Amino acid sequence: MVAAQSRLNRLVSPTLSRHLLLALGAAVLLLLLSAQIGAYEDYQLTAVAIFAVATAGLTLLTGLNGQLSLGHGALMAVGAYTTSLLLEGHELPVIVVLLIAVLSSGLIGILFGYAAARLRGPYLAGATLTLAVALPQVATRYKGIFGGEEGLTVTPTSPPAWLGADFPPERWLAWIALAAAVVTIVLLANLLRSSTGRAFKAVRDNEAAAALAGIDVARTQVLAFVISASCAGLAGALFAYWSGVTAPAGFSLSLSLQLVTAIVIGGLGSLAGAVWGSIVLVFVPSFTSGMASTLNLPSSIANNLPLAIYGAILVIAMLMVPYGIQGALTRILRMGRTRFGRSPADGHKGVVDWDDPALDP
Amino acid sequence: MSRFLILTLNGLTQGAIYSAMALALVMIWRATQVINFAQGAMAMFTTYLALFAIEHGAPYWLGFLVAVACGLLLGGIVERVIVRPVESAPPLNLVILTLGLLLFLEALAPMAFGGQIKSFPPAFSIVGLHLGASQIAFSPFDAFTLGSVLALMVLLLLLFQKTNLGLRMRASAFNPEVSRLLGIRVGRMLTLGWALASMVGALAGVLIAPSLLLYPTFMDQVLVFGFTGAVLGGLDSAVGAVVGGLLIGFALSYVGGYLGSDLETVGALVILVAVLMVRPRGLFSLQRLRQV
Repeated sequence: MVAAQSRLNRLVSPTLSRHLLLALGAAVLLLLLSAQIGAYEDYQLTAVAIFAVATAGLTLLTGLNGQLSLGHGALMAVGAYTTSLLLEGHELPVIVVLLIAVLSSGLIGILFGYAAARLRGPYLAGATLTLAVALPQVATRYKGIFGGEEGLTVTPTSPPAWLGADFPPERWLAWIALAAAVVTIVLLANLLRSSTGRAFKAVRDNEAAAALAGIDVARTQVLAFVISASCAGLAGALFAYWSGVTAPAGFSLSLSLQLVTAIVIGGLGSLAGAVWGSIVLVFVPSFTSGMASTLNLPSSIANNLPLAIYGAILVIAMLMVPYGIQGALTRILRMGRTRFGRSPADGHKGVVDWDDPALDP
Repeated sequence: MSRFLILTLNGLTQGAIYSAMALALVMIWRATQVINFAQGAMAMFTTYLALFAIEHGAPYWLGFLVAVACGLLLGGIVERVIVRPVESAPPLNLVILTLGLLLFLEALAPMAFGGQIKSFPPAFSIVGLHLGASQIAFSPFDAFTLGSVLALMVLLLLLFQKTNLGLRMRASAFNPEVSRLLGIRVGRMLTLGWALASMVGALAGVLIAPSLLLYPTFMDQVLVFGFTGAVLGGLDSAVGAVVGGLLIGFALSYVGGYLGSDLETVGALVILVAVLMVRPRGLFSLQRLRQV
């Protein structure tokens, strides 16, 4: 009886129910939002959700486990090509396709995770960077399977009949991508609050101490890489549906670098930061190009101004807000809290929040 | 001439360029523990400046000098203005910073110099030399490329090993705290280190431009292979960078020649992963292996 009670307690632990509640709220909000906006905004919202899936996985690996990957674009390509190959001549439910893409990129993740667990810092960065450059070339080389430079077309998924005949397909895809993002983030948030998540952080902060505490360092690192690769694969599969074509050009090195940029700009190591970063990735370039086109500049300047502004924003952001958007928000919240007479230490007495970037030396 | 010899000579010239790029990355890594992803873009920009001078009537050698001098200046400015303020920030922030600089420069170049692909004049003929009756795949310009990279490396070796300034620079990179206590102006040494590294990159840019043509992203590939070479050799070793760059040059040339040019980068990946599995800190590292 008591055992059953405690098992029940564990099942509906405050953490889990809080995460589920937050997710439910977010899902309802996003549902309402997607019904209000037009097709192009739905398209952008889908892009944010896709990037959020990939960056949430990457921030787990880089921010919480300390392994820098510059090759997550290539892992997205694995998911995207899996999707395209599965849909060639078959009609499969979206959920099946997404799950198979997650599995296939997870398998590649195991392979690379073992290699990555031996490498540190810039050496891992170098190896994953080469992966990002090399993998698209495999697709170019084996034209028969992967379609070469032109790539493979992806059969779009049509909305189910019960939504009505005139339901816009963009909104249906946005729903799928948003659902995937919410599920991914809830799963990762729960993982991070578990002993596995604490093991990830322990390995990041001090490998020797983690090993002494009984954590299998290499296994933890491989696990982090596999989870992260699976997220990238899911994002890649959604990306394939979103763009309608899977070609090497879509998975260039700049995609991998964009993902790393997003997690740092958003706030390294926080899932909320990953979402902020994805929003920046989608909306800042479209904002800057909109701005450049209103200025009536000669084309050689107008075409390149958005990129120049984006680069300058990255530099300035790193100089001004080194802990990213989420880090800045946390600080503002804390300042507000101290002003109202409650110092943050009172809130959780004796507990040091190791996720707090302010504590880092 | 046998195919193997052609590929070897080609690999040697390409490898010299990758070596220079790898050396530039290693110099900056040792000085400030940053991988400078903007290295290629900075070299691209200085090469555009050289072409700008040449297009406005300057002789090749003046253009060459402009590139090298601007490289020196640009490196110093970047360190002083952008890198110095975030010295104590998390290491990944510096990576993002250099990526931002990369994007900025690659957008600035077409705004300033026009976006169309341009050709860059070589200093010497790029037609293969005649050896007796047969023509070999090695041009006077290839010889010039090899010679300049070699000369620069010897000069850097002399600077770092034989002069007081070089000793101070090495000391600052090795242990900034102690160096500061000994009265070395560590900040200046870091600026100088960045300036010299950027000069090496600028040289690589000017030397590779005639064979790659000039466009805003033309150095990206050179940067990737230079980085691969630097990691292969070991980021803490200048000799490793040179050897790693040459190895990558040969590897790309052989893989491209025998298996097809679209497998070049896959070949580089396989070699890099194979080497790193045996020596996780590169060929020239002295550290013990990690167990997995």
